[in-house]
Amino acid sequence: MRIKFQWSALLCAAAALFAALPAAAAINVFACEPEWASLTTEIAGDKAQVYAATTASQDVHHIEARPSLIARIRSADLLVCSGAELEVGWLPVLLTQSGNARIQPGAPGYLEASQYVRRLEIPKVIDRSLGDIHPGGNPHIHTDPRNIAKVAGVLTERLAQIDAANAQTYRVRGKDFLERWRAAIQRWEARAAPLKGMPIVVHHKEWTYLENWLGLRELGTLEPKPGVPPTPGHLAELVAALQRDPARAVIYAPYNDPSAARFLSQRAGIPAVALPYTVGGSAKAKDLFGLFDDTLDKLLAIPAK
Amino acid sequence: MLISKQAAMALAVAQALWCAPVLAVSDNDLNELRDQLRQLRQQYEQRIDALEKRLQQAEQSAAQAKSDATKAADAANTAQASADQATAQASSKPASEGAFNPAVSLILNGTYGNLSRDPNAYRINGFVPTQGEIAPPARSFSLGESELAISANIDHYFRGSLNASLAPDNTLEVEEANIQTLGLSNGFTLKAGRFFSAIGYQNEVHAHAWDFTDAPLANKVFLGNQFADDGVQFKWLAPTDLYLDAGVELGRGRRFPGGPDGGRSKNGVGAANLFAHLGGDLNDSTAWKLGLSNLRTRAEDRSYSDFDSTGTTVTNAFSGTSSLWALSGVLKWSPNGNATERNFKLQGEYFRHNENGSLTYDSTAASLGPQSGGYASRQSGWYLQGVYQFMPQWRVGYRYDRLDSGSTRIGLVDSGALSAADFPLLAGYNPTRNTIMVDWSGSEFSRLRLQLAQDRARLGAIDNQVFLQYIVSLGAHGAHQF
Repeated sequence: MRIKFQWSALLCAAAALFAALPAAAAINVFACEPEWASLTTEIAGDKAQVYAATTASQDVHHIEARPSLIARIRSADLLVCSGAELEVGWLPVLLTQSGNARIQPGAPGYLEASQYVRRLEIPKVIDRSLGDIHPGGNPHIHTDPRNIAKVAGVLTERLAQIDAANAQTYRVRGKDFLERWRAAIQRWEARAAPLKGMPIVVHHKEWTYLENWLGLRELGTLEPKPGVPPTPGHLAELVAALQRDPARAVIYAPYNDPSAARFLSQRAGIPAVALPYTVGGSAKAKDLFGLFDDTLDKLLAIPAK
Repeated sequence: MLISKQAAMALAVAQALWCAPVLAVSDNDLNELRDQLRQLRQQYEQRIDALEKRLQQAEQSAAQAKSDATKAADAANTAQASADQATAQASSKPASEGAFNPAVSLILNGTYGNLSRDPNAYRINGFVPTQGEIAPPARSFSLGESELAISANIDHYFRGSLNASLAPDNTLEVEEANIQTLGLSNGFTLKAGRFFSAIGYQNEVHAHAWDFTDAPLANKVFLGNQFADDGVQFKWLAPTDLYLDAGVELGRGRRFPGGPDGGRSKNGVGAANLFAHLGGDLNDSTAWKLGLSNLRTRAEDRSYSDFDSTGTTVTNAFSGTSSLWALSGVLKWSPNGNATERNFKLQGEYFRHNENGSLTYDSTAASLGPQSGGYASRQSGWYLQGVYQFMPQWRVGYRYDRLDSGSTRIGLVDSGALSAADFPLLAGYNPTRNTIMVDWSGSEFSRLRLQLAQDRARLGAIDNQVFLQYIVSLGAHGAHQF
């Protein structure tokens, strides 16, 4: 009897909550990373309510599948994530718990950005002894703005498909963004010409696409293996290697523990530079344009040897 | 780095084509490649853009590299581009049957135990034994349960998963085997099969993800360590920014607090669990989740062993209703939500268990012969634990357990037919336990742990326990719940 009473109370509560739902005017977009949140806002404007699941100060490899994320993904019409297993430790839990068919893999509401660019560092050998490697290739694709342009095209069409009523708006805004973005890329490439061939050391391999774009030369990583925290032994080896082939700076992201970079900076006598990595990663990186402006500012400020 | 790689590749292909007579690359082949390019151009406007860019790039590098190769460069680039595309396609769409194999992962774990009391005689005084695996790990070296987990999407409607446990005594147990809907919308999910019940917090967590080597005492006495029923679970997630879910599980009641072991032979629902969770973020650094659940079941001849006043081992059996309430809370903190360096997890649960019915003494007539009388118990228990990762890879944790055997009324004792000494296990007692642990994680996939505990589960006896444990996971990358 009591069980039955509680069930009906539960159902009543559920029905009441359902009825109280406001009719949403804008579509809900769940972006796994701030860069895709920013890109969606550029293209969709006020037609989409964009939620960024993570911030620049978080390591996207290791995110807790928090209740707040599940609550947000439940109402999402579109999911935009880097993919290539970057979010493998938490996104699958969100997806299975979401009770939302619109954003399951394969549905129009599921967009994995890395599927639309040429991925680098696709491993030939896949073995866990090599560290936290991604079988699909390096997932940090957004550090090359040309990749963002490619994703912008896909995202525009996806928004138009999901929210056909506003398709025209998305296409107009998407085209406008791409024009501004391509102009900015030309500007950045012109500015970055002196950076070509600059040798650097990085904390984690999240800069591969940036290096590829600007022609930077990566001499080593602070992590002995991807995802494995720096060890004193490995840092000592790195210092020794840098004496033979010196780097001009050691680069790290806002979410990396700066102590290893500072250690190397002191020992090797090169500056430790925190690049914004994504939108929100520095005071100037307020949007995608600011992200690359600031990234170049910081790289160009590195003194020549 | 990649540019040089590209150039090297272009060179290699160019050289291959330059030595055309040797390798017998015909004009037809080149035409074919050009045809392919043309087709691609028609079909994929975007891809061609990228392709052309690369073509230019490679053209430049090829020109720089070797003037001899210029003639072949065009074709080489085309070939390289198609090769790139082929590689990309190959990596995203393997052609083998194995492409649809489910995700498989295997958990291995083992312990070295040093206990001042024999774990084979482990009991928790004041509480009805559950038939669950509640004893601490054995003395000396012992293999723990190896867990084999297999899961995959079945189609666009369902996801299926199996979790089998290979016990060190060479028995196999199906811990979980269920299907879950993917296609339902509006926040609904339906699960069917065998699954860990959503009662409390820790019960749903797989043993390899526990922060301590063993379960809290409360989970041992009220849920037989971990309660998994055969049944269906219906869950609804509210469309609010604050996390709110509510659901119901209907099962057969195949385990304690239901019974007998395996469940009754009866149509309908043997156990029902109602649950709701509330959760959210306090700020960027702190997230929380609260849960309330009530598991109701009816047990029939749920038996356990005890020593009566004559010193004989007797089998007693309970029949009646059981209601278990669980209130759980979890709080996780990490600076700015970045758990990689430092993080803290606070977890606590409170259980309240009421049983009403009849208790049969010596149901197998081994001593004074079967007698029945009323039975009513009101018991409770709780634990609180905190685990702090103070630097990457290293965590320390502390847990406090406390149970209250409350008031248990045994009709046969009240009427004077038998004495309290005939039910020594049910004599009032409040077990406690203090546990500390430190663990080191080599990666997300391996963990070594040292755990020390002072266990006062037995009346008048302190059990000092030391465990050294390894837990590793092989295969697919598991994703863990909050």
